[in-house]
Amino acid sequence: MSTIGTTFPRGSARRRAGLRKLLLTEARLYVREPLTAFFTLVLPLGLLLILGSAIPGFRDPDPSLGGERVVDTQLPAMMILLSVVTSAFSIIPSVLAVYRERGVLRRLSITPASPGMLLGAQLLLNLATTILAAFLTILFGHLVLGTRVPAHLLWFVLIFVAGVCAMFALGLSIAAVVPNGRAAGGVGAIAMFPLLFLGGMWLPRELMPEGLRRLSDFTPTGAFGQALRDTWAGAAPQLLHLGVLAVWAVAGCVFAARAFRWE
Amino acid sequence: MGIIEITELRKLYGEHVAVDGVSFTVEEGELFGVVGRNGAGKTTTVECVSGLRTPDSGTITVTGLDPRRDRAELRQRVGVQLQDCSLPDRLRVGEALDLYASFYDRPADWRALLEDVGLGPKRDTPFAKLSGGQRQRLSIALALVGAPRVAILDELTTGLDPLARRETWELIELVKGRGVTIVLVTHFMEEAERLCDRVAVIDRGRVAAVDTPAGLIARVDGGQRVRFRSPPGADQVLKSLPEVASVTRDGDDLTVTGSENLLVAVTTALAANRIVPAGLQMERATLDDAFLALTGHAATDAS
Repeated sequence: MSTIGTTFPRGSARRRAGLRKLLLTEARLYVREPLTAFFTLVLPLGLLLILGSAIPGFRDPDPSLGGERVVDTQLPAMMILLSVVTSAFSIIPSVLAVYRERGVLRRLSITPASPGMLLGAQLLLNLATTILAAFLTILFGHLVLGTRVPAHLLWFVLIFVAGVCAMFALGLSIAAVVPNGRAAGGVGAIAMFPLLFLGGMWLPRELMPEGLRRLSDFTPTGAFGQALRDTWAGAAPQLLHLGVLAVWAVAGCVFAARAFRWE
Repeated sequence: MGIIEITELRKLYGEHVAVDGVSFTVEEGELFGVVGRNGAGKTTTVECVSGLRTPDSGTITVTGLDPRRDRAELRQRVGVQLQDCSLPDRLRVGEALDLYASFYDRPADWRALLEDVGLGPKRDTPFAKLSGGQRQRLSIALALVGAPRVAILDELTTGLDPLARRETWELIELVKGRGVTIVLVTHFMEEAERLCDRVAVIDRGRVAAVDTPAGLIARVDGGQRVRFRSPPGADQVLKSLPEVASVTRDGDDLTVTGSENLLVAVTTALAANRIVPAGLQMERATLDDAFLALTGHAATDAS
């Protein structure tokens, strides 16, 4: 068994180099698919700036939001939600399903790299783009619309990470069960729009009927959106929402790990 | 000891026995063919060799390694080209090779490899824009980019046009010239006959025969066949020749079957008896005929 000691460092260094190159390659492919970057980066930021500056009421204190302006937390939080949900439900399932359908994962499985590395690279890449989207939302919201920078930054970051974990885990679950790329697109869209609605995308949670808001509390998007807004405004998130995100993240990961097929 | 040794390999899918006691040995540097009809168990066999599937019983060693237990090291030493594996549409040829080279401890120089497979000018072309033949050449390059000792190529030329198929064959011969042991899985007998040093004929999950293509063909009755027209008179002379196995006459048409050197023996005997054969033609049995004789059905059928 002495070989393990001598080959391991070389192997692990090689794996790191392979993963780096895989990440770089996936990033290139991401950029070459112009619609992808449009939906995750350009669209949320564009909507934030256009809606935030064109709709006059959005910049005035709104009694239905408890005196808060729409541009304070509702609009920017929803744009971050939109970016994360698009990555999780539209991009991740399609890319992975197409990779499986076309044998890209299978091809990797006969090299020293593993298809798990490609999955990891995809998740890291999507994490990076959602972080970038969140950063741009905060930056441009602040510069152009005078939006506050998230007041409770540490909680905000924690909620962001929890939300991304929950959404990506659900996206992986979709990727695990769909037979091909087309089905992934369809299932992703079917999941995405109700979740965005329940997250408060078109109807702020304050304006939802009591029953709908209660339902929204238990959805990953409702919990994520509200917790982002709470921490943005400087409050601690509700324990309920943290718990809901954690449960969805764990459930999604367990399901995806069991159901995912490489070929 | 062979570079690949398979002993009594069995693999079931549920109730269906895909591979039923396959054994053969591949020697280092050989171009070894695994032929059989679709569904005969060829792909399952090589998938067990490459460690993609776990056999239900039997043993396999590849360069002395157990494909399941020594999986990581096997991946370094064996390059595999699988059926129906493509790449992302927008990935460029050079990027694909650069990426796959980065997975190996001691990769080949992928730029030189790119030239060798004739894709040098396509380095910046996205995968989606490649022709079928170009994709197969890239696929071969990806199987070789880790500088493997063994390359497994599965149904490499299926779906290619005749020109692309011939170009692919030339490429395989080039690779063989470098000393890489190649296992070629195919259901094209012409391909196996032209390329392979030895061939294992797999039929219904079993090995029907292992031999050189010429050896397999020689097993067919009347491995050589000579036809010509001649009036009666030559038959007895020909039947007495040691090279001749049978003589059949249909009117003036004669068909003579036999072994090696049949043509020389027949023409010499005819000349000695001052018989001039008209429309003399020689037919040679092919690996297709051998396959038919060994398995009782044709390698490719219309169904």
